Amino acid sequence: MNEGTTEHPENAAAFVANDARLKWHDQSLWFVREKRDRASSVIPEWESLRALGADIKAHTLSRLADYLEEFEKKATALGAHVHFARDAEEHNRIVHGLLRERNVTRVVKSKSMLTEQCGLNHHLEAHGIEVIDTDLGERIVQLRHEPPSHIVMPAIHLKKEEIGDLFHDTMGSASGISDPKVLTEVARGQLRGNLLAAQAGITGVNFAIAETGGFVVCTNEGNADLGTAIPPLHIASMGIEKVIPRAKDLGVFLRLLARSATGQPVTAYSSHFHGPRPGGELHIVIVDHGRSEILGREHYRRTLQCIRCGACMNTCPVYRRSGGHSYGVTVPGPLGAVLAPHIDPKKHRSLPFASTLCGSCSDVCPVQIDLHQQLLLWRGDLGRAELIPLRKRAASQLAGWVLARTWAYEFLGRIARWILPKLPKALLRANDWGRQRELPPAPKESFREMYRRRRGQ
Amino acid sequence: MINAALFIPCYVDQFYPHVGLATLELLERYGVRVEYPQAQTCCGQPVFNSGSFDVAKPIADKFLEVFSSYQYIVCPSGSCTSMVRNHYAELVPDRIAELRSKTFELCEFLHDVLGVKPEGRFPHRVGLHASCHGLRELRLGSGSERRVQPFDKVRSLLSGLEGIQFADLSRKDECCGFGGTFAVGEEAVSVAMGNGRIADHERGGAEIITGGDMSCLMHLDGLLRRQKKPIRVMHVAEILAEATANE
Repeated sequence: MNEGTTEHPENAAAFVANDARLKWHDQSLWFVREKRDRASSVIPEWESLRALGADIKAHTLSRLADYLEEFEKKATALGAHVHFARDAEEHNRIVHGLLRERNVTRVVKSKSMLTEQCGLNHHLEAHGIEVIDTDLGERIVQLRHEPPSHIVMPAIHLKKEEIGDLFHDTMGSASGISDPKVLTEVARGQLRGNLLAAQAGITGVNFAIAETGGFVVCTNEGNADLGTAIPPLHIASMGIEKVIPRAKDLGVFLRLLARSATGQPVTAYSSHFHGPRPGGELHIVIVDHGRSEILGREHYRRTLQCIRCGACMNTCPVYRRSGGHSYGVTVPGPLGAVLAPHIDPKKHRSLPFASTLCGSCSDVCPVQIDLHQQLLLWRGDLGRAELIPLRKRAASQLAGWVLARTWAYEFLGRIARWILPKLPKALLRANDWGRQRELPPAPKESFREMYRRRRGQ
Repeated sequence: MINAALFIPCYVDQFYPHVGLATLELLERYGVRVEYPQAQTCCGQPVFNSGSFDVAKPIADKFLEVFSSYQYIVCPSGSCTSMVRNHYAELVPDRIAELRSKTFELCEFLHDVLGVKPEGRFPHRVGLHASCHGLRELRLGSGSERRVQPFDKVRSLLSGLEGIQFADLSRKDECCGFGGTFAVGEEAVSVAMGNGRIADHERGGAEIITGGDMSCLMHLDGLLRRQKKPIRVMHVAEILAEATANE
C-alpha cells in the first residue's frame, strides 16, 4: 500500500481471496437488496415518492442556514441546548466538555455514523470515559476494535460463528454458540447492565424538524430509547444536512428510509424527541465537518440529500464483493466513494475508481442522488488535480493522442492484431487482463478493412 | 429513405469486425442507407472514464467533425452511445443537443425509430446480459431497481424469433464487472463479478450469452474460454443478422 493513500484494488483483492466469505457477503447483501425491492414494490407511487423526497431535500439545502436557525430556535424553546460544531474536533470537544462538567464516566451510545466519523469513542476513551455502543452490530465491531463495515449493518462482514467466538472471548459465554437468538440474549444481558449504569446517552439524529424543533431517531432495537430514558443527560449529534422543513415531511422519509435500508415497511422504533424529558437535559450538537464545503460544490451538492439508508451499498456489485473495510472510510460503498475525496482527495483517490459505473446506486437511491455520475465527475476532478497515478495518466495521454488521429489508430491497430497472436502465452497471461481471462481474438481484418473491400474502395 | 452513419466502437472495429458487419447487414436489410465514415476512431470513453477529461476532449471534437452531418448515428453499443448522448455534455457542452437527438444504440434504433419486429429462427437457449449503460443510462429496459412498468427493448426484438428461449436469471440485470479500465484496475472484483454472472447464466441453462455491448461480452468470453466452459457469446446484432438472413 502506498503511504497515505487507500488502495481499494489491493484491499478488495484480499477480500476476494476468501471465496467462501466473498460469496456469502455478496449473497447476504443481495438478500437485503431483494427485500428492498419487494418492500418498495408494495408502494405504487414509489418513484414519485423518491422524487418528492429528493425535492424536499433539495429545497432544504437551498436554504439550509434558514432551516437550521429555525430548528435551533424551536429546539431551544422546547428546552434543548443547541451547539454548533465546525468540525470533528470541535464536536468531540463539545461532547467531552458536557460530560466532564457533569462528571460523567459511563456513556451509552446508540448507533451514529457521525460520531464514528468524528472518532468520538476514541476521543472520550482517551479522557477516561467508558463508551458502550448499544446497537448490537456496533457493539460487535466495538468489541473487535474495528470500524463498522456498513452504515446500517455494521457487522455484516462477520459470520455468526465468529461472533460466537468473540462473545466467548469477551463476555465469557459458552464456546461454540452460533445461534443468533442465543447470541443476542448474551449481548442483551450484558448491555442491560451498561444501560442501567450509564450516566449519559448519546444518539444520532435521522431527521430534525425545523418547524417543531424536535428530532427523530430510527432504530430496530429500541436502544436509542433505552439509552436516553435511563440516564439524565441526552446528547444528540447531527450533521447539518439532517434538517427537514416540516413535520409532515417526515412521513415521506420514514417510508423511504426503512424500505431502502432493510426492506422493512418502517424501522421498529422511530423515536421522537421534542425537548428534554422531565428532569433531564438535552443537548443537540449540529456538526458541519466538511458538509458546507460540499454544499458549495454544485455538482456534488446532491450527496447532502442522503438519508443514510445504505441501499447504494447493498446494491453495489463492487461493495458486495469487496466488503466495507476495503474503502478505508467510515462510510463505504458508492456514497462513501463520493464523500471521501471531499475530505482528502489524495488519500481517497482510488475510491471513485472502485466502481464499474453500472448506475445501480443512482437508481436505487431513495432520494435520487446521481451517485454514479458523481463518481465519474470525481475521476475528472482527480485528473485535473493530477492525483491520478502517473502510469495511468501516461497511458491516457498516449491513447488520446492515437485516438485523435485516424492514421495512427489504424496503423497501431494493425500492428496489435499482427503481433498479439505471435506473443508467448506467458507474456499474455502476465497482465491484469490476461491473468484470469483470455484476450479477445485478433482477426486479420478490421471492420473498416472489410467495409472497404465490400464497397470496392 | 433513412440515412444512417455507422458508429463502430474502436474495439469492435479491431477485434470483433463481424459484429460491425452484422450491424451493417441488419440495418441494410431493414432498408436503411448506411455509411461508415472511415475517419472515425473512438468516442473517447476509455480515457474519459479514466479521469483524463482534457485528453478526451479532442476525441469528442473529432467525433463531432466526423458525424455531425448525418441524419442518424447508429452504434452497436449501449455504452459508447451513452458516452456520446449523456457524457459529451462534459466535453462539448455547446454542441451536445444536435448529437443527443440523433445518436442511437442499435436495438433502440431498430425498436424505436424503425419499429421493426425481426422474424426468423434462432432455436437456442439464450442468456440475455443487460449491459448497464444501455439499461440505466439509455433506458433500453426497465431495470430491477426502479418500480416502473416493466419493458425490455432488446428482449422484445429477440423474442419474435422462432425457437428462441431465454435463460431465467436470478439477478437479471447485475453488472458483469467489465467497466472499461475497471476490468484491469480492479482485476479481483471484476473477475469475481464476471464469474458470478456466468454462474447465473449457467444455472439458467444458457447456451449463448448475448447482449448489446461486445465489451461486456469480451470480458465474459475471456473468462469462459479460460475456464473452458461450453457457453459462447454473441452480440445481439449477430443473432438478429443470422436469424433474419434467410427470411
